[in-house]
Amino acid sequence: MKFLVCISQTPDTTARVAFTPDGKAYDGTGVTFIMNPYDEWYALVRACELREALGGTVVALNVGPAANETTIRKALAIGADEAVRIDAEPTSSAFTARQIAEYARAENFDIIFLGKETIDYNGAEVGAMVAEYLELPYIAFASKLDLEGTTAVVERDIEGGVEAVEVALPFVVSAAKGMAEQRIPNMRGIMMARTKPLKVVPAVPADEPVQVVKFTLPPPKAGVKLVNPEDMDELVRLLHEEAKVL
Amino acid sequence: MVLVYAESPRGQFKKAAFEAVTFGKKLADQLGQSCAAVVLGNVQGDPGELGRYGASRVLQVANEQLNTLDSQAYAQVLAEVARQVGATVVILSHTSTGKTVAGRVAVRLNAGLVSGVSSVASVESNGALVVRKSVFSGKATAEYAIVSPVKVLSLMGNAIRPEAIGQPVAAEVLPVAVPALRVRVREVRTVEGRVPLPEAEIVVSAGRGMKDPSNWGIVEELADVLGATTACSRPVADSHWRPHHEHVGQTGIAIRPNLYIAIGISGAIQHLAGVNNSKVIVVINKDPEAPFFKAADYGVVGDLFEVVPRLTQAIRKFKAAQ
Ligand SMILES: Cc1cc2nc3c(=O)[nH]c(=O)nc-3n(C[C@H](O)[C@H](O)[C@H](O)COP(=O)(O)OP(=O)(O)OC[C@H]3O[C@@H](n4cnc5c(N)ncnc54)[C@H](O)[C@@H]3O)c2cc1C
Repeated sequence: MKFLVCISQTPDTTARVAFTPDGKAYDGTGVTFIMNPYDEWYALVRACELREALGGTVVALNVGPAANETTIRKALAIGADEAVRIDAEPTSSAFTARQIAEYARAENFDIIFLGKETIDYNGAEVGAMVAEYLELPYIAFASKLDLEGTTAVVERDIEGGVEAVEVALPFVVSAAKGMAEQRIPNMRGIMMARTKPLKVVPAVPADEPVQVVKFTLPPPKAGVKLVNPEDMDELVRLLHEEAKVL
Repeated sequence: MVLVYAESPRGQFKKAAFEAVTFGKKLADQLGQSCAAVVLGNVQGDPGELGRYGASRVLQVANEQLNTLDSQAYAQVLAEVARQVGATVVILSHTSTGKTVAGRVAVRLNAGLVSGVSSVASVESNGALVVRKSVFSGKATAEYAIVSPVKVLSLMGNAIRPEAIGQPVAAEVLPVAVPALRVRVREVRTVEGRVPLPEAEIVVSAGRGMKDPSNWGIVEELADVLGATTACSRPVADSHWRPHHEHVGQTGIAIRPNLYIAIGISGAIQHLAGVNNSKVIVVINKDPEAPFFKAADYGVVGDLFEVVPRLTQAIRKFKAAQ
């Protein structure tokens, strides 16, 4: 079996969010970057588990500049066998999806994994685009994935519940909480990651049909109104008369 | 033409569909165009009722193969309908279905996609459509210009209210070919009773301050009197005190209800990320230094085991008097 795991790099969850003075780009000065949690905790770990059970190869793929190689090495330390970096700034979902699809087209992966969304731009767009470029089925928000021969049984989160579906290989899947348990790379994994292959591939040109106009930070909250804990009638009155939410 | 995909999970229109049609109608007015809604598969009731929310045409591809989601088939049919009606904008809901399909539709139509849109910022003279969405898990807002001739967007839940701004119309059946399905639904398990979190207008959420899963009765009771949906912080879901689908935050579900009541939750940055788009936030915490108070509109410093039953009582009294 051949599994592709698309990993992206995002600011650490505790990072302060700031933008360049023209408001056109994220300002990552002094920010620690991490592997997008859904990619790392669920997509990558499940792919490694399947490889351990069935044999095969796990390829970790990142569209990004050379600075992302620390994150890519972490994917190798967690268990990917080899890595590919497509050498470009991932400027949009459309661009990123195009790159992933171009690379994957020639490789015949059995399953292409992604995280359900990135925690920075919250698009949840790339998986569906990759699947369409490759004309493959796509299951999003999968919280469970098992293989029965060449058929996968996947549970996907839907509003207020779960739907179990059946799909034949190959397909694209986005991973949500529940698909696997987070793995902390051990010393051996970290050592081995240094010698695993990391291939750099040039990007292909792609249209940019969506452009950033500006980013803004929310206005600061007016400040909390404290209510006497003995007097919940007062809180109800405020929610009804002032906030108008009751 | 603005084309809205009015989704009907398991044959029923939900709030998300009505919101999307109202949003589509308002955008169509702004563009000087009309708004059509498209329905996939069989639905309960008359789809022409979508006219009430602003659709001047309702199109139905009533093929039973579309009663369950296969994103490939959905995208192919939606793109074909968009071509047939000459759509310049295609709108979906930012739901599990919409997120699965929107990217595919965009690729098929060679269109720019912005997902999770909360509002339209402007329509530019060069034809670009500028939309707003929340990014960095609610920590910032972005404005994006979609510059392709055809534009696709998905609308964030609770971003606008459905409005009765039209009349029911006669639904038209569209004969569109449906490809062979590649995804087969085996089983659906839904949680009955409460409104799903992304759609909920009131959310009652509790954290580690609850001490033990057996204490959740007071949270459920408060949620019951409010008609609210329950949620929880990540450690609560991780320790299996509550089901995974209740986990809100940066690595859980992002929500934007009208009222969010946080009980015994400290307000870590990752938690706030998923909830700070709520219209009104109430925090109940015994620690006056809890970071959540900085993000709250109303705060109660006190022991939740006393405050929550008292609040439930006060709401009961208020509802009875109404
Ligand atoms: C990468 C990453 C992603 C994360 N994603 C998320 C996420 O999506 N969602 C999320 O929630 N967290 C997330 N976290 C975890 C987050 O950092 C916090 O650890 C978590 O939110 C804390 O949960 P809590 O508020 O329930 O518990 P605690 O921080 O332990 O807070 C409990 C609170 O209850 C109060 N309390 C205790 N007893 C009482 C009482 N009797 N009456 C009133 N108040 C009481 C305490 O004063 C305290 O403020 C993430 C962390 C990381 C590193």
